[in-house]
Amino acid sequence: MAEHPQKPANLIKWFDPRNKSLGSWAFILNRITGLGLTVYLFLHLIMLGQLARGPEAYDGFIALVKNPIFLAGELLVIAAALIHGLNGIRIGITSFGIAGGKQKQLFIGLMTVAVIAIVYFAIRMFTH
Amino acid sequence: MTQTWTVTYEIFRKKGNQASHYDRFEMKVDPDEYVLDGIERIWAFNDRSLVFSHACHHSTCGACGMLVNGVEKLTCITPIRSVTKDGGVIRVEPMRNFPVISDLSVDMTVFYQRMESVGHQPVVSNGFEDSKGKFDPEDDLLRLSDCIECGLCISACPIALTTPAYLGPAVLAGAQQSGDLNPCVLDLVDSENGAWRCHSAYECTEVCPSHVDPAWRIMDLRKKLVSRRIKKFFGIK
Repeated sequence: MAEHPQKPANLIKWFDPRNKSLGSWAFILNRITGLGLTVYLFLHLIMLGQLARGPEAYDGFIALVKNPIFLAGELLVIAAALIHGLNGIRIGITSFGIAGGKQKQLFIGLMTVAVIAIVYFAIRMFTH
Repeated sequence: MTQTWTVTYEIFRKKGNQASHYDRFEMKVDPDEYVLDGIERIWAFNDRSLVFSHACHHSTCGACGMLVNGVEKLTCITPIRSVTKDGGVIRVEPMRNFPVISDLSVDMTVFYQRMESVGHQPVVSNGFEDSKGKFDPEDDLLRLSDCIECGLCISACPIALTTPAYLGPAVLAGAQQSGDLNPCVLDLVDSENGAWRCHSAYECTEVCPSHVDPAWRIMDLRKKLVSRRIKKFFGIK
């Protein structure tokens, strides 16, 4: 069979939601949250590196991350983890022929759970 | 009584190595006509150099698949009313993920070869229940298979967009449908560019004009492949 060169330049089109169905929106959402969580992992490791610089540096850093901008960032991480994790369950189930015909309903149901959980965490984080 | 709408067709044009562009044609149409009717009229009365593929006009041959306002459509069964409004625009482009031969016509050779190599049967027994795999080998009446090989699912697939080596939804659905997972077919479908490459966007099922449900078939194929591997591991035939 003929060679088929990869087209990585088209990767950006994965994130174009125009004229796409709900399945594609789930596909795009999973990629954005996956990339976001990967970036966060690196940031998290850098933050942990503060521990090596002694208690004062660490306490100073913790004081900084308690401001509302950092809290909003943390909420984004929680939202990404919930969306990615719950959508991952949907993909895991449907990928092996279970409930494949109900993937839209699964997506709507699980994302409803995600939204409720995000709102709960937002209230907890910003009112305590 | 028929209505008359004024619509503008924006047609993708490309000849050889020339840069692509869009030609605009304002037309009076009946909104219940199909998108293909307008394209044929442009060819007949405005521009005889326009190249496009079509044949049966009733969604059996699968030749007239195109992008209509950014969505994969079989243009012979897509009413103008469903894609635009009076005074609106119908942008018509060739399918994605296939090399463009000229204007709206694409080269589907590799796709047809792949369909053949996985054992897709264009004509099946009447007892062959296309949806969800029931099969009656005793039935000797024949009918056309549901998949009309239009390629719309390949065009809509985000993975085919970046990985032309990916077999694509119709081919994998064809393998699932044929039911004959012989070693040659297994080599193709149980591989990096086979059933495991699908990333579950379900766009193939959305655009399929024949209710083949390729996404469901890919997932079912995976189930069969996993089952085979488990049986093989435990030495069960």
